[in-house]
Amino acid sequence: MSTSPPADSRGARSRGLGRVLIVVYGLLALAATGRSVYQVLEDFDKAPLAYSLSALAAVIYIVATIALVVPGDGWYRVAVATIAFELLGVLVVGTLSLIDPVLFPAKTVWSFFGRGYAFVPLVLPVLGLLWLRANRGGSR
Amino acid sequence: MIEIVTWVGIAIGLAAGLLCIALGLAGRRPADLTLGATAVLELYLIVQVVVSAVAPAAGNSPTGSALEFWVYLVTAALIPPIAIFWALVERTSRWSTVVLGVACLAVVVMVYRMHQIWFVQLA
Repeated sequence: MSTSPPADSRGARSRGLGRVLIVVYGLLALAATGRSVYQVLEDFDKAPLAYSLSALAAVIYIVATIALVVPGDGWYRVAVATIAFELLGVLVVGTLSLIDPVLFPAKTVWSFFGRGYAFVPLVLPVLGLLWLRANRGGSR
Repeated sequence: MIEIVTWVGIAIGLAAGLLCIALGLAGRRPADLTLGATAVLELYLIVQVVVSAVAPAAGNSPTGSALEFWVYLVTAALIPPIAIFWALVERTSRWSTVVLGVACLAVVVMVYRMHQIWFVQLA
């Protein structure tokens, strides 16, 4: 599999360093999904906005992970869109959670710029977009 | 959870994670050492499952949500086998070794969270 030449249809974005990126995305998707399922099941009424956002973030991370793995121009655009949305999400929610803690009484992946996740949610979209730009021709 | 067992697990995970990432970045493909280190971490997680299942019967129950704890533990126990499987499939790539390391460090973070759920309750 990994010995196939660069021209194969798997696309460059799942190769090399991109593989590590995909794993980190997969782990973040897992973490966000796990936490959000637990939050929604356990006490959704306490903070509907924060928990809905958690669920949305989880879905976005899952879609981004898939889009990074699957080759093709369409999926490339999906990857760019979801990762750009993550960056927007972490910046907007991060700022809002600082300004108005009442609006976010409970933690989401994006609260305080992803502090609960060692700021990985803040750094990852930047790395992801850089990686995608460097591998734009990946789908051939 | 038993505190000392948890710290041993975190130490194993940190050591295995840093070792795999360092060797991976140095260009090494997955080998017995790196795969073995990840496997040892999985062994710890299995011990942790047994300890956590038995401890409440001895009066040592989680102070936080047992459901949340078990979601973390079961998920964590699935990560090293998946990483090892991937490393065996893609064994010609040094990035597979890095992936092993990232997986180990993710387990460390999860074990730390489990420790908090079991022992420490903040707001």
